[in-house]
Amino acid sequence: MNSRTQTPPSGGRGAATLFDKIWDAHVVSSVENGPTQLYIDRHFCHEVTSPQAFNGLRQRGLKVFRPEQTTMTADHNTPTIDQDQPVKDPISRHQLDTFAQNAAYFEMPLFYPLGHQKNGVVHIIGPENGFTHPGATIVCGDSHTSTHGAFGAIAFGIGTSEVEMVLATQCILQSRPKTMRITFNGKLSEGVTAKDLALYMISKLTTGGASGYFVEYAGEAIRNMSMEERMTVCNLSIEMGARGGLIAPDQTTFDYVNGREFAPKGEEWDKKLAYWKTLKTDEGATFDKELVFVAADIQPMITYGTNPGMGMGITESIPTLDSIDEAGRISYQKSLEYMGFGAGEKLEGKAIDYVFLGSCTNGRIEDFRIFANYVKGKKKADNVTAWLVPGSWKVENQIREEGLYEILTEAGFALRQPGCSACLAMNDDKVPAGKYAVSTSNRNFEGRQGPGARTILAGPLVAAAAAVTGRITDPRA
Amino acid sequence: MEKFLTLTSTVVPLPIENVDTDQIIPARFLKATDKNGFGDNLFADWRYNKDGSPKADFVLNNPVYSGTVLVAGKNFGSGSSREHAAWAIDGYGFKVVVSSFFADIFQNNALNNGVLPVVVSAEFLADIFASVTADATSTLTIDLENQTVTNNATGKSETFVINPYKKECLLNGLDDIDYLLSKKAMIEAYEAAR
Repeated sequence: MNSRTQTPPSGGRGAATLFDKIWDAHVVSSVENGPTQLYIDRHFCHEVTSPQAFNGLRQRGLKVFRPEQTTMTADHNTPTIDQDQPVKDPISRHQLDTFAQNAAYFEMPLFYPLGHQKNGVVHIIGPENGFTHPGATIVCGDSHTSTHGAFGAIAFGIGTSEVEMVLATQCILQSRPKTMRITFNGKLSEGVTAKDLALYMISKLTTGGASGYFVEYAGEAIRNMSMEERMTVCNLSIEMGARGGLIAPDQTTFDYVNGREFAPKGEEWDKKLAYWKTLKTDEGATFDKELVFVAADIQPMITYGTNPGMGMGITESIPTLDSIDEAGRISYQKSLEYMGFGAGEKLEGKAIDYVFLGSCTNGRIEDFRIFANYVKGKKKADNVTAWLVPGSWKVENQIREEGLYEILTEAGFALRQPGCSACLAMNDDKVPAGKYAVSTSNRNFEGRQGPGARTILAGPLVAAAAAVTGRITDPRA
Repeated sequence: MEKFLTLTSTVVPLPIENVDTDQIIPARFLKATDKNGFGDNLFADWRYNKDGSPKADFVLNNPVYSGTVLVAGKNFGSGSSREHAAWAIDGYGFKVVVSSFFADIFQNNALNNGVLPVVVSAEFLADIFASVTADATSTLTIDLENQTVTNNATGKSETFVINPYKKECLLNGLDDIDYLLSKKAMIEAYEAAR
């Protein structure tokens, strides 16, 4: 991708990490005593975090510097039913109209509004259309941009001021993060998904435990993963505070990218592929921090609190108060009180009200395969409201092509239309106050899925089991 | 952006850890297309009852506490990248947030809006909470030039870290876009060399 001589990574090390290689290839300049001016290859843009950035350009009388390097999709503030009708909420409609006006005014060629066949959740449509490439720098005004790190890219979330910087100059100013490698040795057990691996890791590191770091995931359990699974893991990097997470590209990655609409073609493909094959951490390269886990230690996970670090194995009990740091006890008690749980309580068998399958974390085709495979021949529990929201129209089409739609329908489930939906509940997909939702999304913060909503994060398999039994259920049982 | 120099103020204490940006500004308030008005919904779900009346037990509704400095538990601003969180804090009138730890993206967003995140030690944070609990009129002084924060009730002081470039930006009221726009030729040269 970059034919120039690569500068050695910081610290004067000869051997470089994957992160160092990509970062160094994108440094335009360094501010004296300050951050790095980093070139951005791909910018993803959605309706919620961009309007103020486009306003900024207008106020300064600027154009978008490289319109073809920005991909725009409406996803956060969109309904998941009747998308062919005008959006009912006038404030949401205004935001979507503004998005379209900005795309037109700034002559943005890659604009996928509601109803467009390429529309869907930003971190799902990026990879599936071939916009996400190994070795690239990728940003979006959304913290789950870390998803794209699954391809061996430096991908991270930015604020709206930074969105404006990228639109205006295709660069942002960033301090170089520290590096961490997390290795998962061995194989995952039967019935344990990528989401479980990620929730396990976050429960060990805590919600802020990787702040200031960019993480590389490695080890046999990661290597064995499909691209969809790798995306789930990288997606959740931010939930332990990491700037982002990435995985060295390999044949699995190249096979996924090859042939997609916006992937390099022909001679260009050969050239890129040769470069991409060099993208791995050199033998002897050092990280600021290294952690190693044993994949076989991981069981299906659920969360019991109000941040993603508050997770446990589905058969375990909520930690008792005396196991919590004194400074954190007020927050801990507040959290359990919000959830209606007691310290030391077991959650297996507890009745739940809602199930949400979807989001940039678990809204891809494999998640629907896992869910459908479990519910096949079973019936949805009467006490459960289930929202199954494909991440994109492409995912929705594939669900139909693979015959998953019939399986889901026979089991009493319906599909909604693509979007972020109940992950952040900006639209009408809100879980009512006090109700429990087993959710495949990424955040169990207070009110995240609606004011007063109680979120239990889990993988697609645990969600499927809960949808069928109406209770928190070990899918291996 | 407004220039930031030195500030002495009473503080608003929020001794909760891991305050995420969904608490700072819930997602349903992110539908606006400008930066104004978010201060009214700062901490909305902690601050207001369902009917919109203020919750008496939340610190922003307690007339005893006021000031332009928010002091919060560790890992403030985790979660979503929404800059609306920084706009809400700025819009409410806070100029400084003090905590023992900030989430990365929030920290950047705050600085890009002239709100200064000040990282202090866990001990110093506890000292501030103790002072303000004992006497709500106790003050903090934040001196950006010298990078010091002082608890005027106890006389204890700490230095805080800020990137020298960001410090210059805040002291002079400049932003990153001005800087990047001045580097256009360099960006084009970088692109040409790829």
